[in-house]
Amino acid sequence: MGMILNEEQTLLQDSAREFFKEKAPVTALRALRDEKDATGYSKNLWKSMVDMGWPGIIVPEAYGGLDFGFQGLTIVLEQSGQGLTASPLVSTVLLGASTLVLGGSEAQKETLLPQIVSGDLTMTLAIDEGAHFNPAGIALEATAAGAGFVLTGQKTLVLDGHVADKIIVAARTSGSAGDRGGITLFVVDGNAVGVSREKLAMLDSRNAALVTLSNVKVDADAVVGEIDGGFCILGQVLDRAAIGLAAEMLGSMSEVFDFTLEYLKERTQFGQLIGSFQSLQHRAAIMFSELEMARSVVMEAASAVDEGSAQVSQLASLAKSIVNETANLVTREGVQMHGGIGMTDEHDMGLYIKRSRVAERTFGSAAYHHDRYASLNGY
Amino acid sequence: MSDLEAFRGETRAWLEENCPPTMRTPMTSEDETVWGGRREKYTNPEAKLWLDRMGGKGWTAPNWPKEYGGGGLSKEEAKVLGQELGRIGARPALASFGLWMLGPVLLEYATEEQKQRFLPQIVRGEIRWCQGYSEPGAGSDLAGLQTRAVLDGDEWVINGQKVWTSFADMADCIFCLVRTDTSTKHEGISFLLIDMDQSGVTTKPIKLISGSSPFCETFLDDAKTPKDNLIGRENGGWEIAKKLLMHERTNISSGGFGGGGRMTPIEAVAKEYLGEVDGRIGDAVLRDKIVAHKMRERAFGLTVKRSQAEAKAGEVSPASSIIKYIAAEMNKSRLEMLFEVMGLQTLGWEGDYFSDFGLGTTRGMLRSKANSIEGGTSEINLNVVAKRVLGLRDHQ
Repeated sequence: MGMILNEEQTLLQDSAREFFKEKAPVTALRALRDEKDATGYSKNLWKSMVDMGWPGIIVPEAYGGLDFGFQGLTIVLEQSGQGLTASPLVSTVLLGASTLVLGGSEAQKETLLPQIVSGDLTMTLAIDEGAHFNPAGIALEATAAGAGFVLTGQKTLVLDGHVADKIIVAARTSGSAGDRGGITLFVVDGNAVGVSREKLAMLDSRNAALVTLSNVKVDADAVVGEIDGGFCILGQVLDRAAIGLAAEMLGSMSEVFDFTLEYLKERTQFGQLIGSFQSLQHRAAIMFSELEMARSVVMEAASAVDEGSAQVSQLASLAKSIVNETANLVTREGVQMHGGIGMTDEHDMGLYIKRSRVAERTFGSAAYHHDRYASLNGY
Repeated sequence: MSDLEAFRGETRAWLEENCPPTMRTPMTSEDETVWGGRREKYTNPEAKLWLDRMGGKGWTAPNWPKEYGGGGLSKEEAKVLGQELGRIGARPALASFGLWMLGPVLLEYATEEQKQRFLPQIVRGEIRWCQGYSEPGAGSDLAGLQTRAVLDGDEWVINGQKVWTSFADMADCIFCLVRTDTSTKHEGISFLLIDMDQSGVTTKPIKLISGSSPFCETFLDDAKTPKDNLIGRENGGWEIAKKLLMHERTNISSGGFGGGGRMTPIEAVAKEYLGEVDGRIGDAVLRDKIVAHKMRERAFGLTVKRSQAEAKAGEVSPASSIIKYIAAEMNKSRLEMLFEVMGLQTLGWEGDYFSDFGLGTTRGMLRSKANSIEGGTSEINLNVVAKRVLGLRDHQ
């Protein structure tokens, strides 16, 4: 565990690498984009991922899961990032299953987790409402009505929100936007009366939706965790989300670095391989250094989750911030080093820079995590 | 109780008894560092006592074999010793290029007789060594060195000039790269040990932009050294030179070469000089710069940890190749930041108006500029990564 993968983790890494290379290369995302696929991911591919057991990777055995640990999930996410694979792994497992495992009632766990493991249920978590990631700023209104609640408001950038069977909605039950108290999590059926969902055509061709709730009625047992006390669970889930997404981004940017390095070793100008020019050699070496640092923070953060470390929040902000900055650098340099060909839609480089920019903003930008890290440390 | 825990108990008891009180307080200036050697003045007698006790036990070189004066400790035991020394805040008993650079290559390349002759002296801090590598015409291109050594009977006769020899004016002996064959470049270099207490060796300190003179020019004019002070084989010095540079880079990376204000928590200084708003650093722009730096420092620390874990597991560690480069650049940026945060206090050169901390930061900032030059420039480090790790080629 930790900075070195153990034998089981290495096996998982190998099988995940092979899996995504064979079943979901970057051409798969390109095809989903070009065909304007309504689902936005391949259900067959997801079924194969279910067969691999991955939806249950962080689910305890009591609910049919593998209980393999969070670092295991980050290993699969990293490999899925190599070919920019679109799948409900982030929405259903990283967000949905994490929320239930961390905050769900026994009844919720017993009902929902086995369905996630078997592939019969997809889920997501709805957080963002404004232009920037700001979980404390949640304003979507939930008012008590009879034994249950009525939810009204709008959520944006809801990953797989247009197709997820259930959406965990972070809503405000008391206080005002900006307060950490007063937030409550509700499990809402994706097809409930009053829920309207619109798939957004995203820069990265991946799935995000605008979800509008108009007087959506939920029962009291839809609440995850405590009423008004949802932020505590949400904070833990978002730490994991930041680390998991950082792992996926690590996979993507490692791929960009690898094919950019290959290009430096193939492309000839002035009768020389361009990789023999020192200006490019040094920039490649700097990218390599940054990637090595990014890998260290992701591994440390992921293993801290499994160890139940008190440092998880700090390490989540560290990982997401460092990875955001590195992914931005590597994709920028990737385009530049490819020259004209990197500007064409035909080349995969464009898909990677687009995905990077969306991922950099999802679950907090570098600026957000700088400020959070500073706050956590009392700077 | 495990053997290791028993060792911890014994170590703790020994340190309790043997580490003098003043050796358990933080050093107030770099002048208090004990470098040993014939010319060490030991302004504090307890520093001498501490060195004698630690050296006598071989704990200045805990990993070295006992037969050469070392501690003969296993890695785990050495780690425990480090922890126990840290627990009581003990000062290092000895700072020494012999321990950090020369010793490790002697263990690998010297003959049994040479090991017996040189290593115990290093452990006990009796001889202070300096490094004769760079020359006026051979910096980054170190293998272009021209200092000539010719065998005359039982002695080598050496002529040439070395530069950037750290503390040569205080050292007793110098480990030196010399040319023993002029017909080839890398294969004509030998590794020689030379006593500096002779008329053929003179040194002249170089004053730096920081105002200090840690480096010298060292002139070798018919300097002499015994035939059997050659380490390894004649013309086989380049391999040893590179190995020693690795030890030097590791040492620079771990902060062994100063730089000023090393342990200063920059965020506390920032609150003092920029004020606080709601308990946070008062200037939002500088706060962001500081936090970005703190995060990079932590990422770097984790990379060192990962690289060590990989090495321990017997894996190839690509991360190890970038450590010196990042450590140097990061130390420079840390000191620039501290320099900026302290405002007017760091704009002085000397005098009572300026605090010692401010003056130290200024000089430390200037001193740190050498971090990316000494022991291989950052550019050379990036070349090495590009070529050896990434497989990028030279022009054809």
